[in-house]
Amino acid sequence: MINARLRKTFSGRPDSAPFSLELEFQAAAGVTVLFGPSGSGKTLTLDLIAGFMRPDDGRILLDDQILYDGAAGVSLAPQARNCGYVFQDYALFPHMTLRQNLEFAAERRPRLERHRRVNEMLDRFRLGDAAGRRPHEVSGGQRQRCSIARALIGAPKLLLFDEPAQGLDAPLRAEFYEVLRQVRADFKTPMLLVTHNLDECFELGEEMLVLREGRLVQSGAPRKILDQPANLDVARLLGVFNLIPVEIRSLDPGRNSSKVQMGEHEIEGPYFPGHLKGDRVTVCVRPESLTALARNGRPGPNQIHAQFERAVEKPQWMRLEFAGGIAVDLSRSDYERIRDTKDWLIEFPRESLRVL
Amino acid sequence: MQMDWFPLWLSLRVAFVSTAVAFGVGLWLAYILANWEFRGKEVLDAAVTLPLVLPPTVLGYYLLVLLAGNSPLGKLWESIFGSPLVFTWKAAVVAALLHALPLLVKSARAALETVDRSLERAARNLGASEWRLFWRVTLPLARRSILAAVALAFARSLGDFGVTLMVAGNIPGRTQTVAVAIYDAVESGNTAVARTLVLVISAVALLILTLANRLNPRFR
Repeated sequence: MINARLRKTFSGRPDSAPFSLELEFQAAAGVTVLFGPSGSGKTLTLDLIAGFMRPDDGRILLDDQILYDGAAGVSLAPQARNCGYVFQDYALFPHMTLRQNLEFAAERRPRLERHRRVNEMLDRFRLGDAAGRRPHEVSGGQRQRCSIARALIGAPKLLLFDEPAQGLDAPLRAEFYEVLRQVRADFKTPMLLVTHNLDECFELGEEMLVLREGRLVQSGAPRKILDQPANLDVARLLGVFNLIPVEIRSLDPGRNSSKVQMGEHEIEGPYFPGHLKGDRVTVCVRPESLTALARNGRPGPNQIHAQFERAVEKPQWMRLEFAGGIAVDLSRSDYERIRDTKDWLIEFPRESLRVL
Repeated sequence: MQMDWFPLWLSLRVAFVSTAVAFGVGLWLAYILANWEFRGKEVLDAAVTLPLVLPPTVLGYYLLVLLAGNSPLGKLWESIFGSPLVFTWKAAVVAALLHALPLLVKSARAALETVDRSLERAARNLGASEWRLFWRVTLPLARRSILAAVALAFARSLGDFGVTLMVAGNIPGRTQTVAVAIYDAVESGNTAVARTLVLVISAVALLILTLANRLNPRFR
């Protein structure tokens, strides 16, 4: 269990804007993903926890050990923090074999135990055949597994990953996810993983912390965050929404319904607690929850007339883009059936509307 | 031609000792300059580099003032070793050191600074002390550049003339290095001796510099 309250300010220099990080969070066993755009302070957070940099103030508690306490003037050296760190480029020592890399990490243990542990890790991470080779002589997957094994060999109380899958091709990425799931199952170590890849949050994360400009803007299970982004910023960061300005025309808590004005159309949605009639708000709607159909007579309820702009091919689906920046995701077969349509309608299912 | 090879052996001995001292002191200084943040760091770097640009007479003058028998350092030396430092072959070592040290510090600092910082972070993260980090990670990775710097420092140590002449003098068979002996031979019209020493010392220097280039990672 890691418990951190961090504050760190960098005053602006000619070549860099001022930046401040102010963050409080905790993470238990399992994978907690730090998600945010570049420059949001994700890697800085890891560096502060690992002790590579010193916060201006705050407190870092790992299980019952104080790693840093600004008020008490405590700051453990990186060597004493017992946090495994998997670097973005793995940072394997290029002049040592994979076995020597592991031995270096286990050097404080008695000889026999060290030997046993190194062999155990080589086995577990399927590195036996490559143990005698240096990092540049082995495959990318082996390098990656070695860096994870090296971080784990000292039995850390916390594992830190800095964009571990950044720049990997698809098979290696899948392999990494597999290895990480295995580590999660075999070791009870809490893991903090920095990424700006949303897929990774869902693939790996039990918990997700959304960072923006050094602040925590939302936290929770990835699915929950995607279902209900806390605000416009988060919705934009997740980048998977139609964000449509509307005006609330009526609210009926009894029937759990509402009506909103969207352009010249009136759409029915669920009741929006905490909002008043006449409020101008932004609703976010996920593209896959919308339906596009061919116009056939008058638009039905919750259907709006839309000007088709273009279809974009995605790996698993088709994205149709309409005037006003509305996107609809359809399966390929659905799209094939209606692709020749000239006159389009978009249907908003009642429950798909969420107010930010 | 009566060839006296003493100056060559003396020069090699002086260069060897001064390079060894420069390696110890220089590596330590380079480590400090590469890793520590403190006020006056760049002033220290400039002070170490200064001998590269000052005239030999200025350096010789400083050394004489600092190390002469009546100076505090000179007295200290004499009380420890029982004889004065100036006008001995050891003074020639000090003179050569003045040239070897800046070269070594400059190159070693650059070599240490080019070692990937994330490797040093990784070593600390894995529990390595600063000492172990230096000997097991930083130094092995900077090894070739530092060895090249050592070779360069050795070659430069062979070639000092002015400072050596001022602090060690020109005592044949005792403090007369190759550079001084060549000057002596030319002055006394002994051109054959001068020519031989010139060719030998050039060949030695060429050999060492070739070696240094081969060590440099860029030429690997």
